Amino acid sequence: MAALFKARKALALCVNGIRRLSQLAELPETHQILRQTCRDYADRELSPIAGRLDKEHSYPGKQILDLGAMGVMAIEVPEDLGGAGMDYLAYSVAMEEISRGCASTGVVVSVNNSLYIGPILKFGTEEQKNEWITPFSTGEKVGCFALSEPGNGSDAGAASTLAHQEGDEWVLNGTKAWITNSWDASATVVFATTDKKLKHKGISAFLIPMPHPGLSLGKKEDKLGIRASSTANIILEDCRIPLSNMLGPRGAGFKIAMQTLDSGRIGIASQALGIAQASLDCAADYAHKRCAFGSPIGKLQGIQFKLADMAVAIESARLLTWKAASLRDSQKPFTKEAAMAKLAASEAATFCSHQAIQILGGMGYVTDMPAERHYRDARITEIYEGTSEIQRLVIAGQVLKEYQQ
Amino acid sequence: MTGRVLVGVKRVIDYAVKIRVKPDQSGVVTDGVKHSMNPFCEIAVEEAVKMKEKKLIKEVVAVSCGPQQAQETIRTALAMGADRGIHVEVTGKDYENLGPLQVAKIFAALAKKEEAQLVILGKQAIDDDCNQTGQMTAALLDWPQGTFASEVTMEGDKLKVVREIDGGLETIKINIPAVLTADLRLNTPRYATLPNIMKAKKKKIANMKPADLSVDIVSRLEVLKVEEPPQREAGMKVETVEDLVAKLKEGGTI
Repeated sequence: MAALFKARKALALCVNGIRRLSQLAELPETHQILRQTCRDYADRELSPIAGRLDKEHSYPGKQILDLGAMGVMAIEVPEDLGGAGMDYLAYSVAMEEISRGCASTGVVVSVNNSLYIGPILKFGTEEQKNEWITPFSTGEKVGCFALSEPGNGSDAGAASTLAHQEGDEWVLNGTKAWITNSWDASATVVFATTDKKLKHKGISAFLIPMPHPGLSLGKKEDKLGIRASSTANIILEDCRIPLSNMLGPRGAGFKIAMQTLDSGRIGIASQALGIAQASLDCAADYAHKRCAFGSPIGKLQGIQFKLADMAVAIESARLLTWKAASLRDSQKPFTKEAAMAKLAASEAATFCSHQAIQILGGMGYVTDMPAERHYRDARITEIYEGTSEIQRLVIAGQVLKEYQQ
Repeated sequence: MTGRVLVGVKRVIDYAVKIRVKPDQSGVVTDGVKHSMNPFCEIAVEEAVKMKEKKLIKEVVAVSCGPQQAQETIRTALAMGADRGIHVEVTGKDYENLGPLQVAKIFAALAKKEEAQLVILGKQAIDDDCNQTGQMTAALLDWPQGTFASEVTMEGDKLKVVREIDGGLETIKINIPAVLTADLRLNTPRYATLPNIMKAKKKKIANMKPADLSVDIVSRLEVLKVEEPPQREAGMKVETVEDLVAKLKEGGTI
């Protein structure tokens, strides 16, 4: 009797496991419809203008409004706060398809969802969620995330931006660097040191509306890629905010930042997948059409090997990304998998975009084809939201913990 | 009007796909090929949903005839805002031979069964380009029809329909119940929103067979052969207008 019970339990676990695994092999029906909807939008509204947006460094305002109306700007936010109420797998799928059309639009969506709304959703009070999330779910307003400084990027614990209390206000002083969406944002999450002696445990998170007295923006960076999104310094000079603008408990800033970035990695991994896939689409299409030595170049093994390597790199990174998203959706630990996904996807993006230019030859080097834009857009994915080196440290840390003596 | 609208949605090969004829010339290759909702059907769904949002009608029912995969097309209509779906299952050889007359019979039967006030279809499907189902449905029901509609307005208990015709635009007024077919400029279909995609999961799709509606779907047409259009020949350049006219006369064109 006990043996029968045990066997039935084992079978149930097996079936559950199989169901979960198959969820990675094939998306659930809702996610498939979502993927198709986002792909249609990207094909019709993003791809045709991506080149011009890149050339003119212009913010895709109308497209962000469209995406807001579709619910894409606040995918994980519950419906009663104005969001779409979907899961992180849906977010990953949507991000990939949008980035496949335009990587810059993708990063605007990702920063709003993961880096701005993310921490407020997780650590904010009910009032903060209503004030700082709901208006930012329609695409009319976007937010940004200010952690990095001119003096520290990977070394996030060394935040030199300071916050001290004066009466019923916090006063912030310092400079934040490389802030995506800065010139287009209506609010920011800022990390500042409230207790220098506590080192990284003395950092706190704050919410600042934009524009705001005491907050100014540096010049827009002239970047290699993702040029339609704005990147600039945020300068805080005696910037005063109410005490209620602290996000989460005092001293929890570093923890908030790290947890936020864990999820943000899934978004950036998905962006990188979109860029990689766009590169493969471009290269494979070209391989069918371009003739050399009497046949389409797709018949040459040299080209075939490249396309195969590109396809494998993308598919493996995609499965890692979906796994990280699924683990997060099941409230399981996902730090290692998210870091692996971001590492694999960003390296896949640089690899695929590089190979795509090689396959296109001279045509890959000119702006007539999107390959050169994918190459430039891909490069940043290995740097922001945690460099590839940091990802390796995170993964190694997790692996070593698993084998702890 | 507190009525119900039936919207027909057809699953067709995606407009962006390059069509290939089967080697046995019996049809086109559909296996493994990307399919999506017929673009004119999307416009029909959008019009119905807009009418519901304006509170002109109460319920939008999306209908599709075909194999299991037709349910995906119905779900897309649900995600756009339709309230429920009806999947009329037609498979195998029956599906290959399914044409406008049989579909019109099915829609006429459903319109009566569901007590619909309006049937909205796309003007034609992009695979067979028949442009017949709407007209036949209206005839079978003995209802007025507003085809090639580029604008539809409710005026009291009648519908004012602006039709796109060869000479320009024609405006007609028809009684309800009626059949409408959507033309390109009727509206711009919305992208499904994420919350609606989630809600669509819970909306019901009823299953039935043509026999349940007492409809005989035997085809009176037999496809003899399907072949690719002739390969486009290279053109030629001429120096003067006189040469051009001479060549055209030579070729029998003028």
